Amino acid sequence: MNVSPPATSPGINDFVIKIATVNGTGSASANALLMKAIFRSGVPVVGKNYFPSNIQGLPTWYEIRVTRDGYAARSGTVDIMVAMNVETYARDVAEVAPGGYLIYDSTWPRPALLSRNDLTVIGVPLARLVNESFEGVRTRILMKNICYAGVLAALLDLDVECVRQLLAETYGRRPALLDSNMKAFALGYDYTRQHFSCPLPLHVEKMDATRGRIMIDGNTAAALGCLYAGATVAAWYPITPSTSLMDAFKSLCDRTRVDPQTGRRNFAFIQAEDELAAIGIVIGAAWNGARAFTATSGPGVSLMTEFLGLAYYAEVPAVVFDIQRVGPSTGMPTRTQQGDILACAYASHGDTRHVCLYPANPEECFYMAVQAFDLADRLQTPVLVLSDLDIGMNDWMCRELEWDDSYRPDRGKILGPEELDRIEKFYRYLDVDGDGIPYRTIPGVHPKGAYFTRGSGHTQYGAYTEDPVEYQIVADRLLKKWDTAKRLVPRAIIDATADSDIGIVTIGSGDGAVREALDALRRQGVRLDYMRVRAFPFSEDVERFLAAHRLVFVVEQNRDAQFRTLLTLETSVEKSKLRSILHYNGLPISSGFIVESVLAELGAPAGSRAASPALSAVRGDKVPKAGEG
Amino acid sequence: MTFIPKPRIDHPNLPRNALGLTRRDYEGALSTLCAGCGHDSITAAIVEACWDLALRPETVVKLSGIGCSSKTTAYFVSRGHGFNAVHGRMPSIATGANAANRHLHYIGVSGDGDTLSIGLGQFCHAIRRNLNMLYIIENNGVYGLTKGQFSASADVGSKAKKGETNLQPPIDPVLLALTLGASFVARSFSGDKRQLVPLIQAGLRHKGFALIDVLSPCVTFNDHEGSTKSYAYTREHYEVAVHADFIPAEREIAVEYSAGEALPVTMHDGSRIVLRKLAEDYDPTDRIAAMAAIQEHMRAGEYLTGLLYFEPSNREFHDICGTTDVPLNSVPYEQLSPGKAGLEKLLARYR
Ligand SMILES: Cc1ncc(C[n+]2csc(CCOP(=O)(O)OP(=O)(O)O)c2C)c(N)n1
Ligand code: SF4
Ligand SMILES: [Mg+2]
Repeated sequence: MNVSPPATSPGINDFVIKIATVNGTGSASANALLMKAIFRSGVPVVGKNYFPSNIQGLPTWYEIRVTRDGYAARSGTVDIMVAMNVETYARDVAEVAPGGYLIYDSTWPRPALLSRNDLTVIGVPLARLVNESFEGVRTRILMKNICYAGVLAALLDLDVECVRQLLAETYGRRPALLDSNMKAFALGYDYTRQHFSCPLPLHVEKMDATRGRIMIDGNTAAALGCLYAGATVAAWYPITPSTSLMDAFKSLCDRTRVDPQTGRRNFAFIQAEDELAAIGIVIGAAWNGARAFTATSGPGVSLMTEFLGLAYYAEVPAVVFDIQRVGPSTGMPTRTQQGDILACAYASHGDTRHVCLYPANPEECFYMAVQAFDLADRLQTPVLVLSDLDIGMNDWMCRELEWDDSYRPDRGKILGPEELDRIEKFYRYLDVDGDGIPYRTIPGVHPKGAYFTRGSGHTQYGAYTEDPVEYQIVADRLLKKWDTAKRLVPRAIIDATADSDIGIVTIGSGDGAVREALDALRRQGVRLDYMRVRAFPFSEDVERFLAAHRLVFVVEQNRDAQFRTLLTLETSVEKSKLRSILHYNGLPISSGFIVESVLAELGAPAGSRAASPALSAVRGDKVPKAGEG
Repeated sequence: MTFIPKPRIDHPNLPRNALGLTRRDYEGALSTLCAGCGHDSITAAIVEACWDLALRPETVVKLSGIGCSSKTTAYFVSRGHGFNAVHGRMPSIATGANAANRHLHYIGVSGDGDTLSIGLGQFCHAIRRNLNMLYIIENNGVYGLTKGQFSASADVGSKAKKGETNLQPPIDPVLLALTLGASFVARSFSGDKRQLVPLIQAGLRHKGFALIDVLSPCVTFNDHEGSTKSYAYTREHYEVAVHADFIPAEREIAVEYSAGEALPVTMHDGSRIVLRKLAEDYDPTDRIAAMAAIQEHMRAGEYLTGLLYFEPSNREFHDICGTTDVPLNSVPYEQLSPGKAGLEKLLARYR
């Protein structure tokens, strides 16, 4: 009996390639080439980069999952290993699933590699091939990567014309580079076709499942969102894995926001001295009427907390992207985690809560970035977008991003010169409309618009106070605004078609793995309802989903069950109902991990017939739901 | 205690500036500082300077951190917008605000604690950015608001009210600003309005970062015998090196300056600063020499004051950023979004 079977066994358009190299050797372009070639064949693909916090010389892996079913997560198994790094040979070889393939550079004999007799070993003399055809150490290193891309292309039956086209797109303006890349590719391709029977049983066959899709990373998508939201001030302090968001914003602005005549820019891009200054700049700019944002990761969020409290209390919009990485402290800067859920929700001292958005993939990073600016302006408060390294830095296949030209930024309740002319007197913190959101003005616009912004106690009229009643009026009004926020933030995505009394809940990048796990569980007769929470404060549907299920699995990527804690603190759910599934080793969560955890909790190994009562319940032997019987 | 409005009785004969506004129009809420606090005199000088320059009050942006000094932004130009930031972080708020709208007048008021301890980094980086703002340090050698601890500007040997002697060397904001390449560096004294008002005006009109370190005694915690930041000590050890007269572009030079005695410098907007050297051999246009002279006087326990260094035209923050003239908070959305067609193009490389 197979205790934990892979979701499905590998086959055509359904397998995982892992490429082990050394960082700083330029393997990224070869890996991207392979991904893109598969994607352009119409076959869905997932790419995960496991890289060190280092510039050169440490091991790095790239995992390409070919997934005809279009799953978004890591699968957790490896079918084809390209072992290019001597230092990690042993563990790389050990990781390949039985019946898998091992590709290595046979320029030097590697008898140790043959230690496993359940693998097919494919030796290609990559170094020799490249050294015979290219001069210069650096060139040879780079070309060896393109050469293994050629080997894989032959084994997987990739379309050579498509590869040529992709290389032309990259090196179109540098014909010499195009030629050498094509030559290196052909060296690997031809050698493999001559010496091995191609393709492998695991190979790529053309499909039509990527039409209307793009391959994009979450940081680029978020940067596009900032561009389209009309952000004009960006401030940051470099930190992995958020830096590429700022780099992308800058390059998008350089392409679209520079006056061709004067060379003057419609944006300010400010590298601050630290994260304290970065968030200060954002708050100052937003206070003065510009749309402003910063991107950071956990350590930066820690530094920003005092200012976030000011922005909450003084009611200044601000947009912060937290691309989460492994903590605590410096942690593992190049690995992924969802470790800042609580730090962001309650950032700063005193009674402070922040609106948080939890995108699940790059597509959502784009739309939620725009939404973050609208919400920040509408609610006059910081909005934190919690992405993570997996979403931010890996290429994901998603639907084409759409844009509606009728969009106009929702700047919220801002009084302009005409409105100020008309009113008797302006009071900054007065709840005129009863929704807890006051009106604000922009400096320099009108003498009647002046007010004093402070983080110290203030009355609803904007004056300094230490009066208990006056203080509490504002504090309570902020709570009313928090209630308004619940109605404005994105709702949860709920799939209750299983009609089960057991649910599974996640946030952010856990989505892909949970969806895949749900399919796998269904094949085993286990059906669960699913909810993905997309924002804090929790909207009513979150409360309802939790209430409607007898048992709820909470899937998240941190050790301390932070999301579960937030659910217990901010909804009326009974703690005992929530079962954590926690994954926090720095790798993105896989569906297999969730399937195993769910089955273990439900008390029966997969495939077992002697199901526990809980399991029989989810397997369709319906038990009446609370309130129904 | 709530908001204390000042009783408003306008005399019909109060002098009016070019906008027809009186000094009262540039005042703020009633000060809650200790009677005799140096900071209040600086507030009065700011009111005078803004009134005389006829700044539109709503274009004045007042920024501060936390401290007695930082409270004072509520006590002037109440028709301007104020932002009391968190302790030591006013420069970053100023940077963002200025990034969003380059056309307003930014006045930052800070204390020696706010600027030289918790906020030292942000202060230095605002100078490096050459942020177009006037930055006033109300320097009393102590943390007033937290009841008299030494600040980083306390001199070696200066005595605290409770008798403790400071043994750590001070951080001097003027010397620091000079090493960081600041283009307008001044020192003054809250008790010398004649010197302070034109300095504030020149600083407001200066394109780039203008620093005025104002000795501003704390009567409650640092005005005793043995303190080097008391009224008595400051008056005694205070030497004006350079007096700066400020003449706005729109005004004629009224006084005759004889050649050799005075050095008129034209600013980027046509305003003029007329520098009159009072200390022998002091050259406010030579950064290195100025630093040497300031340090020599410091060794002798003296404060050299006036516009200690000035360099008229230079590249300010927005020139470095390459931003447009239109304030970034007012660029029409249509110019910011590449639209549906633009997205189509931008996404090409991801297909
Ligand atoms: C983060 C933080 N730490 C400490 C304080 C307490 N605090 C308030 S004002 C101040 C010192 C102010 O000194 P200075 O800037 O010289 O102003 P002064 O009162 O002397 O004018 C301190 C330490 C604070 N407000 N915030
Ligand atoms: S404590 Fe000192 S600095 Fe504060 S108000 Fe009183 S005199 Fe001024
Ligand atoms: Mg002080």
